[in-house]
Amino acid sequence: MASLIDLANPTRFMRYSAVLLPWLAGLSAVSLVVGFYLAWFVAPADYQQGETIRIMFVHVPAAWLAMMFYTMMTLSSLGTLVWRHPLADVAQKTAAPIGAAFALICLLTGAFWGKPMWGTYWVWDARLTSMLVLLLIYLGIMALWRTLDEPSQAGRAVAILTLVGFVNVPIIKFSVDWWNTLHQPASVLRLDGPTIHASMLWPLLILAVGFTLMALVLHLVSMRAEIMRRRVRTLTILEAERLDRLAAEGAPA
Amino acid sequence: MTPFSFPSLVLAADNLACRRGGRLIFADLSFRLAPGEAIALTGRNGAGKSSLLAMLCGRLRPEAGSIRVEGAADVAVVELSHVVGHRDGLKTALTAQENLVFAQALLGDAALSPVEALAKVGLPHVAALPVGYLSAGQRRRVALARLLVARRPFWLLDEPMAALDVAAQAMLSGLMREHLAQGGAILAATHGPLGLDGVREVRIGP
Amino acid sequence: MTSAFLAILKRDLALASRAGGGGELALVFFLTIVVLVPFALGPDLNLLSRIGPAILWLGALLSMLIGLDRLFQGDEEDGSLDLIRASVLPLELAVLAKGLAHWLTTGLPLALAAPLLGLLVALPGEAMLPVAATLLVGTPALSFIGAGAAALTAGLRRGGLILPVLVAPLTVPVLIFGVSAANAALGGTIPFATPFLILCALSLAAIVVGTLAAAAALRHSA
Repeated sequence: MASLIDLANPTRFMRYSAVLLPWLAGLSAVSLVVGFYLAWFVAPADYQQGETIRIMFVHVPAAWLAMMFYTMMTLSSLGTLVWRHPLADVAQKTAAPIGAAFALICLLTGAFWGKPMWGTYWVWDARLTSMLVLLLIYLGIMALWRTLDEPSQAGRAVAILTLVGFVNVPIIKFSVDWWNTLHQPASVLRLDGPTIHASMLWPLLILAVGFTLMALVLHLVSMRAEIMRRRVRTLTILEAERLDRLAAEGAPA
Repeated sequence: MTPFSFPSLVLAADNLACRRGGRLIFADLSFRLAPGEAIALTGRNGAGKSSLLAMLCGRLRPEAGSIRVEGAADVAVVELSHVVGHRDGLKTALTAQENLVFAQALLGDAALSPVEALAKVGLPHVAALPVGYLSAGQRRRVALARLLVARRPFWLLDEPMAALDVAAQAMLSGLMREHLAQGGAILAATHGPLGLDGVREVRIGP
Repeated sequence: MTSAFLAILKRDLALASRAGGGGELALVFFLTIVVLVPFALGPDLNLLSRIGPAILWLGALLSMLIGLDRLFQGDEEDGSLDLIRASVLPLELAVLAKGLAHWLTTGLPLALAAPLLGLLVALPGEAMLPVAATLLVGTPALSFIGAGAAALTAGLRRGGLILPVLVAPLTVPVLIFGVSAANAALGGTIPFATPFLILCALSLAAIVVGTLAAAAALRHSA
């Protein structure tokens, strides 16, 4: 359970990530500032949707990141199950809350956009609904992590769940589309239509890069915190055992 | 400060019989547990040692016979007793200290503080650790520390020496001697020796 | 005695908030049910809005059953229940403390989250407060009816399977008056107060009956 080998490999990760973090954070801050400036002051308001179109600049990157983090969790799960890499389950565990947060941001911004557009905070639009199901899968994974407290055992269980979820995501997407078209004609207004003007595309891309970098920074920081947390746990258990041995040797009653 | 001593209470069991799953496990069991006395409850596995403890705790109704406390009318035995069974009664998500604070609040009549009690069972360094981090022997000792955080005249113990190493067994024997000297009484279901002098043996079954 | 009562309450709240406590699972399950219903009914907001209070109430009711089997089972398995039995506190008050902690960690969050989930089923704005209010006064009944059944199944290894079967029929009156109070707030012939006050009465009765039943079941369980 508590072995020193657990501490060995992640050490290199801690060193490299400490060097990398400030650069990533700086880069992320710069691209977010530039992106938001362009999105707010340069990009024009939409002739149909007005100023509310600017919500898209947060909504779309959040949707991408929610899916990207799930893909990354799937790769990490393979890392846990196939290569048994010691960092894989750390990466998987810490990615879940971040991915869930972006899914939530995507849903909330969708709701704020929906109120003026549709007159209601929520419609069961196929894309939004798929994102809501993705959020539920994220929450399930987080719940499983919280329920199993032995990291190595929990890592395997969660990895299997993540893979099952990944296989399911396209099926869910297909089913939700089917369900949605069955009940209502495809909505005319799409939050992210296929045609997009260059004056909007650039800020969107820059913001997407900025948000991705920010997500990576958050992920690295929380991976470091998780590694630290496991070290503290391991060391505490070892220390309690050592003090016990000392007490037993020192005072034979 | 005068040394503490318990009021003079006698735990008396008369003609107890136990039936579980339709089978009569034991019958006509009588004993008296007086202040300063220790009883070792012996018998092969399944003879009904744990069932007898469950009866004393009020968890199981005797088929026949009676259990009462002489010297304290209308008080259930369990309210005057510490019970340490083979399950430790600890929450793994809480720290050792939190577990003992909880036990102290429940049992009332506080004696040692949780930290002092942990020091006395040789575990001062685990107070802030979640019990889930501790080894089986350490958990057992935290459970035994419960005996020290509240004053109760009867200690009802189920295999108290199990999971303890030699040093911890000696420590427990010491605690039991102190308890007997204060006028307390002990009833322990056990396979091995308790490390006490003058233990009376009550054998269940053949 | 007060300190023993508070100690149980405090411990159960702490356990629910620690890792693995499962305090938040009921909320996730609530969300899941509210999401599943439109998949069965179709995304017609007018329809969903009309049956919104019913969806929320059913979702909350089923979510309350999640983890209910652990209410006493965990304490029975690790021996904490023996400690509680040995307490100076009457078993009834111990059950009351545990039921209260269960409600604080499941019923209360569910009631508070209900208006938010109401957005998903296009619940009209004026119905949000009444729905939350009915859940607030109705969920204690579910906690304590559940506590009675959970005490009966505490010693069973497969208690989690049998528990919903035991509890669900007993919750029928709560569901009826909870939903009709919430619907009354949306307009209709019955005034809101009538079913709402009956719901309050059901909760108070459930607290008393559930507590007594659970204590009786725990007293001689092993």
